[in-house]
Amino acid sequence: MLRDIGLTVNGEARRLHVDDTRTLLDVLRSELDLKAARFGCGAGHCGTCAVIVDGDDVAACQQEVGNLEGKAITTLEGIGTPERPHPLQIAFIEMQAGQCGYCLAGILVGAKALLDRNPNPSRAEIASALSWHLCRCGAHNRIMAAVELAAEHMREAPMPQGVAA
Amino acid sequence: MSIPASLAANPRLDRWVGFEEPGLVRIAVGKVEYGQGAMTGLAQIAAEELDVGMDRLDVVNPETDLSPDEGLTVGSMSTESSGASIRFACAEARALFVAAAARRLGCDPAEIEIDDGAFLAGGEPSGLDYWALAPEVDLAVAPTGEVTPKPPSKHKIVGRDHGRLDLPAKVFGAAYLHDLAQPGMLHARVLRQPGFHARLAGLDEAAIRRAAGDETVEILREANFVAFLSESEAAANAAIGAAEQSARWDDARDLSPALSETASLKALPAQSFPSPEPPPERSNRRRHTAGYSRPYIAHGSMGPSCGLAVFDDGQLTVWTHAQGVYPLRMLIARVCGVEPASIKVIHTQGAGTYGHNGSDDAAIDAAVIAVRRPGKPIRVLWRREDEFGHEPVGTAMHVELTAELDAGGRIADYATEIWSGSHTGGRGRCLAETALGLPPAPPIVPPPNLPAGVRFSGGILNAIPSYDIPARRVTEHVVQAPVRTSSLRGLGGPVNTYANECFIDELAELAGEDPVAFRLAQISDPRAIHVVTRTAQLCGWDKRGPAATGRGLGFAYCRYRDRGAYVAAAVALTVDTEVRLDHMWCVTDCGQVINPDGAKNQLEGGMIMAASWALKEQVRLAGRGIATITWDDYPILRFDEVPPVDVELVMDQQDQRSSGTGEVSLGPAMAAIGNAVAHALGARLRDLPFTRERIARALLASDS
Repeated sequence: MLRDIGLTVNGEARRLHVDDTRTLLDVLRSELDLKAARFGCGAGHCGTCAVIVDGDDVAACQQEVGNLEGKAITTLEGIGTPERPHPLQIAFIEMQAGQCGYCLAGILVGAKALLDRNPNPSRAEIASALSWHLCRCGAHNRIMAAVELAAEHMREAPMPQGVAA
Repeated sequence: MSIPASLAANPRLDRWVGFEEPGLVRIAVGKVEYGQGAMTGLAQIAAEELDVGMDRLDVVNPETDLSPDEGLTVGSMSTESSGASIRFACAEARALFVAAAARRLGCDPAEIEIDDGAFLAGGEPSGLDYWALAPEVDLAVAPTGEVTPKPPSKHKIVGRDHGRLDLPAKVFGAAYLHDLAQPGMLHARVLRQPGFHARLAGLDEAAIRRAAGDETVEILREANFVAFLSESEAAANAAIGAAEQSARWDDARDLSPALSETASLKALPAQSFPSPEPPPERSNRRRHTAGYSRPYIAHGSMGPSCGLAVFDDGQLTVWTHAQGVYPLRMLIARVCGVEPASIKVIHTQGAGTYGHNGSDDAAIDAAVIAVRRPGKPIRVLWRREDEFGHEPVGTAMHVELTAELDAGGRIADYATEIWSGSHTGGRGRCLAETALGLPPAPPIVPPPNLPAGVRFSGGILNAIPSYDIPARRVTEHVVQAPVRTSSLRGLGGPVNTYANECFIDELAELAGEDPVAFRLAQISDPRAIHVVTRTAQLCGWDKRGPAATGRGLGFAYCRYRDRGAYVAAAVALTVDTEVRLDHMWCVTDCGQVINPDGAKNQLEGGMIMAASWALKEQVRLAGRGIATITWDDYPILRFDEVPPVDVELVMDQQDQRSSGTGEVSLGPAMAAIGNAVAHALGARLRDLPFTRERIARALLASDS
């Protein structure tokens, strides 16, 4: 059913007039032009479309937009930009953590949600938090090392409030 | 000097390098980036030869007519073949510029040096650079073959780590074909035939439009090709979902689930290529035989295949993430009936393909629709179930090995017999072509140049293990697989290496020798000896425990395709009800290393993909085709199952020919896992994958 839905996306209030059964992934990509969350499987199995909804990382392909009234959504675009990169993005480049990179947008979102909950995760906690994300190129170890490196950088130099939603 | 093949086939320097923009160097190659780091390595080679900084390079996205034609990006050959060509092209271009500078300055060319593009004469700035000289240097000339590239001892950029040029965009969320949108673009989904002989008998178009909730959904139907087009992606998705429910097909494929198993391969129709060598005379040497197998494997790209096309004023433009723009143009021309000269194919990155997945087909789908709807940009995105269900899969293989040991316990005779589907469809038989009812046509990619009488087959790569074996025979049966098969990372090489290197452990046991010592006794190449001994050292081979304790350490070695990288691997693992990987090691000598960290990234990724194949993966067939169409049906190795992987590169062979690394670690990794599982269990499993059920059967058998 077409209706008005209010969301906060990457810190910005957005009003949408859309069919409330559409997926959050479809709406992000086709209505809001946010393309970092990508279609991978449409079943919540692979994590390429992960976004943060009120603090939790979830598969955007499994969220009907009609259920998200008033929720705060963060996509990779809201985590950092080339001009103002998040420590995770710096660490992923430093560790060369990725190959084809199709999974990375979702994994970076998952890692951000993890570090928000737990600023000092062990390797096992990182593996567990990311275990619903698939990576076919086999960059897993570099990715986990990059999350550890970012956590270390963030503990040394916490980000000022207001940067990175 | 002899001119490298790719340069000889595209013999004009300006096809490869140019100085049109002040301060920038245009580099064009025919290989494509899919995250393997090819562009970065090739850029390093160009920067090295031209003496310019990496930040001056503008590496052109491969596009027909703009880029040299280098066929497909396959076989771990980009660094070797494309790298050699760009090196020669840049060396020749540099020499032309140096000659021009020497003329201007009235000095000897030998006095000229170049520093980040600026020309020095006798060590002093000359005021000249590439861009100032560009108007008087004609690069629209053929290479002379008379310029010698820099010796490796002078290299400052090649051989050092360089961050991948493609990675930053990916970390900030950009980069993919899947994200391109154009004004007025229509989203398309294509209904797939259940088998090449299936005919569409009925389609309830009104019901499909109702299900889509969009009366404007357009249904394009021609023979057995059916596409649903809408400005709304959700509507196009809903339409194909409804169509799949209601479509009626005659002569749909009906496959027995037994065809999923490699035991079925021997019964399939096959073309056989027996070994020309005679079998050995009867002897009383010790003889051993065993059979190994790997089932059908999915490429498993993280992003389903995508294609974008627009047909305007007789010009067809196609964006693709397939492995080569020129071969795809030939295929599109044939399927769409448009002259190649009127087709532009532009590569844009997608998810990793690891071989021939659905990417060619998706581009052709988009082109087929675009020529029937001129003026409208058409975006085709396959669904996850299309990618799993209709891509050409990596073929199943069954490999039977027989060896004889002489009185000293050395291999005297080795015979390999292989049953395998095709590894290289030659990019023929695309889905849309069949669905449109076009007549069968030959593949568009010719086999690689080989001496007369030599047959190329992906199935026989590394068919004989990499040891000093006096007598060897290879027989191959190329079977007609029940589903489409094509290239998957390494073709038959990793499977043959898996079989051979597990079998070598069996032979070592027969000879009563330690597996690493048995290998070393039959290797004479010092580069091979180094990777074997170094890997044994890294993994603590001398402290390897007894067999059948539940903990295993396995080893393997091979020289990729008998002429490429030397690779040894070791794996430590634990087996209880299933296999848990504890650690993996790899030492590789790939000759000259261009980008060490890039090569390590490829080797690590190869080890992990191989572990996933070995422990988890099997495409299952049933009924209308492939039955494993979700990630739930087709699990791969996850973050919490991946072990630490230590990769060491040999860095003191920089004067040797450079070999690729993308495919080379998979075979040794799978074999080391097989050997480690045998060590842990005290019993050998030979059929992949090593699932919980197979482990349980092996344990039961060894208990009884």
